[in-house]
Amino acid sequence: MNSTFFRFSSITKKIWMAFLGLFLMIFLVVHLGINLCLLRNDGGAWFSAAAHFMGTNYIVKVFEIGLFAGFIFHVFLGIILQVQNWMARPVRYMVSNKTDTPFLSKYMIYTGGIVLIFLILHFINFYFIKLGWVFNPNMTPDGEPDFYHIAKQLFVIPAYSIIYILLFIVLGFHLNQAFQAAWQTLGINHPQYTTCIRRFGTFYAIVVPLGFIIIPFYFLLIR
Amino acid sequence: MDLTLKIWRQKDAKSAGKFVTYPLKNISPNCSFLEMLDILNEQLIQKTEEPVVFDHDCREGICGMCSLYINGRPHGPDDAVTACQLHMRKFSNGDTIVIEPWRARPFPVIKDLMVDRSAFDKIIQEGGYISVNTGGAAEANNILVGRENSELAMDAAACIGCGACVAACKNASAMLFVSAKVSQFALLPQGQVEAKQRVKKMVRMMDELGFGNCTNTYACEAECPKLISRSNIARMNREFMCAKVI
Amino acid sequence: MAELNSKVPKGPLTSKWSHYKDHQNLVNPSNKRKLDIIIVGTGLAGSAAAASLGEMGFNVKIFCYQDSPRRAHSIAAQGGINAAKNYPNDGDSIYRLFYDTIKGGDYRARESNVYRLAEVSNNIIDQCVAQGVPFAREYGGSLENRSFGGAQVSRTFFARGQTGQQLLLGSYGALSRQIKLGTVKLYDRHEMMDVVLVDGKARGIIARDLVTGKLERHFGHAVVIATGGYGNVFYLSTNAMGSNTSAIWQIFKKGAWFANPCFTQIHPTCIPVHGDYQSKLTLMSESLRNDGRIWVPKRKEDAEAHRQGKLKANDITEENRDYFLERRYPAFGNLVPRDVASRAAKERCDAGFGAGSTGLAVFLDFRESIGRLGKHVIEERYGNLFQMYEKIVDENPYENPMMIYPAVHYTMGGTWVDYELQTSVTGLFAAGEANFSDHGANRLGASALMQGLADGYFVLPYTIQNYLAGEIRVARMSTDKAEFAEAERGVQTRLEKLMAVKGTRSVDHFHKELGKIMWEYVGMARNEAGLKKAIELIRKLRAEFWKDVKIPGTMQELNTELEKANRVADFLELGELLAYDALNRNESCGGHFREEYQTDEGECKRNDEDYKYVAAWEYKAEGEFILHKEPLDYEEIEVKQRVYK
Repeated sequence: MNSTFFRFSSITKKIWMAFLGLFLMIFLVVHLGINLCLLRNDGGAWFSAAAHFMGTNYIVKVFEIGLFAGFIFHVFLGIILQVQNWMARPVRYMVSNKTDTPFLSKYMIYTGGIVLIFLILHFINFYFIKLGWVFNPNMTPDGEPDFYHIAKQLFVIPAYSIIYILLFIVLGFHLNQAFQAAWQTLGINHPQYTTCIRRFGTFYAIVVPLGFIIIPFYFLLIR
Repeated sequence: MDLTLKIWRQKDAKSAGKFVTYPLKNISPNCSFLEMLDILNEQLIQKTEEPVVFDHDCREGICGMCSLYINGRPHGPDDAVTACQLHMRKFSNGDTIVIEPWRARPFPVIKDLMVDRSAFDKIIQEGGYISVNTGGAAEANNILVGRENSELAMDAAACIGCGACVAACKNASAMLFVSAKVSQFALLPQGQVEAKQRVKKMVRMMDELGFGNCTNTYACEAECPKLISRSNIARMNREFMCAKVI
Repeated sequence: MAELNSKVPKGPLTSKWSHYKDHQNLVNPSNKRKLDIIIVGTGLAGSAAAASLGEMGFNVKIFCYQDSPRRAHSIAAQGGINAAKNYPNDGDSIYRLFYDTIKGGDYRARESNVYRLAEVSNNIIDQCVAQGVPFAREYGGSLENRSFGGAQVSRTFFARGQTGQQLLLGSYGALSRQIKLGTVKLYDRHEMMDVVLVDGKARGIIARDLVTGKLERHFGHAVVIATGGYGNVFYLSTNAMGSNTSAIWQIFKKGAWFANPCFTQIHPTCIPVHGDYQSKLTLMSESLRNDGRIWVPKRKEDAEAHRQGKLKANDITEENRDYFLERRYPAFGNLVPRDVASRAAKERCDAGFGAGSTGLAVFLDFRESIGRLGKHVIEERYGNLFQMYEKIVDENPYENPMMIYPAVHYTMGGTWVDYELQTSVTGLFAAGEANFSDHGANRLGASALMQGLADGYFVLPYTIQNYLAGEIRVARMSTDKAEFAEAERGVQTRLEKLMAVKGTRSVDHFHKELGKIMWEYVGMARNEAGLKKAIELIRKLRAEFWKDVKIPGTMQELNTELEKANRVADFLELGELLAYDALNRNESCGGHFREEYQTDEGECKRNDEDYKYVAAWEYKAEGEFILHKEPLDYEEIEVKQRVYK
């Protein structure tokens, strides 16, 4: 572990972690916006248009590279930090820690890990199809993958929808801790703003996953 | 009250340790936690057994020497006190109390409940001071410090270096300790000259010594006997970022 | 044996120190590197001296028994540090600080030393501010002062109730910087066991590595002892558990005279003793007396009822309360100096008016000031102390009056030193509380921090150079020298002897017994018969100790019982000297009160005719001491009776 990368100071790594996390949170809003198009009863017209735009626009493509790099980096840093953290206490306590800490704040690596597993699943179901790595018979007349129908088919499977919903709840916990933690890491902590930041983080962590969760509900129960 | 103690016993740094159970009877609730251990030790000595070794000195909560992890919490179940100021009235008759040493890679056990915290000294030696030689100081009131900053600096400077933050942190991170010292000087005009070097050097040493990274769970703040705020960690992050970028 | 020569420079008092500095010998930079200095103790005096000497370029080795220099007990000082800055414009001056200190010390301190102390007090504040010590500030950003007992001006600088901590962390920072630079080498968890003399000069120490149990030899061209006071001879005191007399006792046995051992300070505001298991007494800052009123029940039956838990303090009506300090000392009231306040409390309790389960407590009541100023003001001023009280006693001091009782706090006596802080052994210096020099028979509040830092930053680094200038031709000695080997053998033998006793009772048992004797007969009030009895009892206890002490474990490992035993063995000898000195001093002054010598109103009756001297004791053999007198001549000050009425 002697390469320059590993010798980044703990704070540098964390600052990157925070920046990338916030960046991913912005992306999540965009993604949610597109997904919500699924709720329109238009046979997927809006959704496909949005998917088409995202898939073909060059500026978006540049962002896409940044997004993936950022994402991989975020995961990679998270793992390195965690391994170092485990190494910092070779002998564990017999009585596990009873200190009063924010809910699930100690389990970011686990909530993060669950989100990662979901993402791999998600990639197999959607993104890899676009890349042509995974074959899916649903095609639009233009010869592009028909994500509207792919999504619809998946969401009507109750098991898939339940896993999808649970995972977004986990993501919500991850985001709830992550948002305020990111600002703390970036040095933004001031009695006047901190409560505000924390509240906004919680608001975001509820509203955004909720937005995603509405969709399987819609397909399962209403359609 | 009658108690059952489960205490970590370890002959020296190299030996393996284990928990040993000791029953203890008739403890007054007004007894301090360390006095309770004194009573146990007195009984062990009477039986020609080696007394339990633990660090302690001032017994008034300021020297920072006592370092016991009691039932899953550094300094035990009371808030804002060190183990020496914890009283037995916080426990009930029949309780089992598990006492462990601080656990962290940079704090190796010396014997029983005593650990080596010289890692903290090493961090301070990197820059936890203002480089001023004796005799060269200017008239004190030439340096004006606003009351708000001076109070915040004092809040940070109240750290007693006990290591409860490290012991409580799931990552054994020393961020609260280091940031308290960085903050104290970052808030004072005297500290500005060396500010950038200070934060970089102290953080580097902290990392080298093998402390974990901060994951913002704030267990450090919750267990700090002197209520050092996590805002100091944010301030250190800010100082560090500025020192690196600008 | 050295003569008793205090080496006070000639000339007028106000220019002695500058004259000394102008004419002293210096060591040039290239020679400084070749000179080693050993410093024992990392409190204010020790760490400040080590940092300053390291900055100058000397090679310093510093020792402490704790795990870090930052743990030294200077850290526990709460109230503040005095300096003659006159920032509040209330007429303070160097002379006034000097005068108050001499008067507060009941005219038993050396004039020239005290004047120097007052002179450098201002430099200390400058130095500490430059180091980033977060002293309290006014809204305009300038430094704030508060008043303290024994003075009519506000000259006390403070950092909340943690002034000692902040000053110590300042000097610890300076020390850490030198450790990083390599000029100072730190030996933590090391205890000094003996001093090594070569041709009559101090040339090193024998230290024990407390982790491995190994004895080590260390050479130094000069040795500085800054190991604090010996208050733990009383077992229960406000000192840290590890505070001990061993360093100054070992050098005493090697020829460094011990001055005024009977001058011990009993602090009036401590949390009372509550049980046999108690290990330590906690101080409540003197500053509390600014707003708290001290009283006991006026009627014995009320006191009795309170002791039995039948009556609450708040239920005792105003007319049945005796505010005894205000009654006896209307001019200073609750703010009389510590010795006066302590004795008055003891007098009331002995007369049967004491409160609490033991009957050894008086009330410190904030009801009136809370009514006058509001709870928030009291909380702002003393919040941390009130919280500390509540944690320990489990009673809310905002609602019920605090219970307090005097406890041993500070020792004015210590190793005799001359103007240069050199002991009667050449090359051996003593600084801070370990020496006797500045506080006479009683120390004023906020003066201990001042003295520790004055010695460490501004006095010793100069005066030790004056000595070392004559040592530049002395090459570093090998620690294989016979003198080192012999000293180590002595330590080894003593430790082996302790381990070999294999008796039946623990070290703490003996320490507690000693404490009881000391408190009973050599405590706040002493008399001839009691002191003689104490000497007899201590001798008996000491003999018993060496026959019956039980130390588990071995010498070659970390052995806390052995550490304690070694310290208690010294306390058992010191206690006797303390009683001896108290017996010799047939007068009452400051912290030393002899019942035979009091005025009709029960105040101290000093005897300047016969006892205006420093009693410097020389060790002859166990239990045998020779008295040397250093007369105290006051040139600038008119010696008066201390009146606070």
